[in-house]
Amino acid sequence: MSEAFTPFSYLIASVCFILALQALSSPKHARQGNLIGAFGMLVAVVGTLLLAEIITFEWIAIGLILGSLIGGAMAIWIPMTKMPERIALSHSFGGLAAALVGVSEYLHRLHGPGLDSFTMGALGFEVFFGFLTFSGSLMAFGKLQGLITGAPVTYKGQNVSNIALFFGALVLLVVLVISPGQTVLFFLMGAIGLMLGVLFVLPIGGADMPVVVSLLNSYAGLAASATGFALNNYVLIIAGALDGTSGFLLSLKMSQAMNRSFTNVLFGAFGGKVDTTAPGAVGPGGANYNISSVEDAVDLLGAAQSLIIVPGYGMAVSQAQHTVRELAQVVEANGGAVKYAIHPVAGRMPGHMNVLLAEADVPYDQLFDIDQINDEFARTDAVLVVGANDVVNPAAKTTPGSPIYGMPVFNVDEARAVIVLKRSMNPGFAGLENDLFVRPNTMMVLGDAKKTLREMITTLKGGEGHG
Amino acid sequence: MSNELLFGLYIFVLAGFLGHHVISKVPPLLHTPLMAGTNAISGISLVGSLLAAGGGYGRTSTILGFIAVTCATINTVGGFLITDRMLRMFKKKKRPGDRKP
Repeated sequence: MSEAFTPFSYLIASVCFILALQALSSPKHARQGNLIGAFGMLVAVVGTLLLAEIITFEWIAIGLILGSLIGGAMAIWIPMTKMPERIALSHSFGGLAAALVGVSEYLHRLHGPGLDSFTMGALGFEVFFGFLTFSGSLMAFGKLQGLITGAPVTYKGQNVSNIALFFGALVLLVVLVISPGQTVLFFLMGAIGLMLGVLFVLPIGGADMPVVVSLLNSYAGLAASATGFALNNYVLIIAGALDGTSGFLLSLKMSQAMNRSFTNVLFGAFGGKVDTTAPGAVGPGGANYNISSVEDAVDLLGAAQSLIIVPGYGMAVSQAQHTVRELAQVVEANGGAVKYAIHPVAGRMPGHMNVLLAEADVPYDQLFDIDQINDEFARTDAVLVVGANDVVNPAAKTTPGSPIYGMPVFNVDEARAVIVLKRSMNPGFAGLENDLFVRPNTMMVLGDAKKTLREMITTLKGGEGHG
Repeated sequence: MSNELLFGLYIFVLAGFLGHHVISKVPPLLHTPLMAGTNAISGISLVGSLLAAGGGYGRTSTILGFIAVTCATINTVGGFLITDRMLRMFKKKKRPGDRKP
């Protein structure tokens, strides 16, 4: 009886997972979909526990309880601004789990039922990608968390040696498929996976994190799929394929949003060197900035009939999303219309800004993609840029020599007036100077975004005369 | 070539196409919940970890399996919970009047 239930439970789980992803096409039903997904997972786990092959339960029970406690605690208490870090960390857990299952299965089969070349190939793939995802995601986590420098780390021959290592691992895999008993080679391949994960994330800068985090998502999925091939388990293959495509599609979208090819993100070490001689670049410390006071900005905001807010990673760093929403409400109370312009690569992961603003109770029908809103800037009284830099850099449209030339950016420079909140006049993550900041209709207000916004709200509320 | 492999590849490729179809419909608004959600779903490798931890394959396998069960459970439980926490926050504009200024 239970032997028949297990495959059936996997079928139910597969259907539930697909329904869960389908429900994500609109925020209305997405929550229900997520519940359905969780239900599918539960069914699959129960179905597996009923298998006769499972003979001891104590380690399983401890693992399940421990994992639930850690996972649950992280899910409940982690601040939304730390979401990219948490996602990177969970990719590393996923990669590690897949790799360890692979190692365990390899040892078990080697000493027991034997290892055919197909299973060996799948196991090798699983272990290699699992370890690569594990160490790569830990690196991404370290960069996001600021434990490792967010700047790209480059050295001579970097790409060549990485590619050589990758092919070395491939050769080892082929040898193992022919002769699975070479335990040393098996572990050597795993070690190369671990090394490559580190080396592959090392040259990638903070602003490119959305692509990398998505790509690691895809690798975690591929590792899960490979597990499915090795264990001949279809729900693993399906779930892994879904995860793999999702991560891959997201990283493609992110690359497109930066007008860069995939290979360029992975091997380009963007933002490593700044070519200050490039046309349009203002020398460091260029003195033309129009540094403004909070009062000047408030005069503008108080009179604005239309306002577009452009949030960037700086909003997440300063945790200013709630204060942004408060300011927007004051402007709305004065009769101004407020919209939010969200760039696909704003922040450190896909959808980062949307989640933060949703947390601050901004209704999602006020959030607009670049295609939806880019024509509106020209008709807008005021734009408020909160900690965004490259996504509002006009050099992407006007300066063919610029590294971000061709990247779709907001037409912020077309608005009647622009207020930019920025911590300091240091260039952004990409290390580029921004022409927007020297335009005559741009006001630069320096300082912590949250503090500045707070002062603006107080002044706006106090000085009714401006409205 | 075994039928198993062929069958597995069939399923992999078809699931990939289905994934492409379904995921291209997810709006950028929900990309972070999508990542968290797929992350929870790929925690299905938990199923493989259970076999490694409880299959009586020997001590090494049990320990590796135990770590894998823990990691995969963190992802599934944490993933579904955090996705729910995020999705709960996405709200449409309320009618004027029921929002406090």
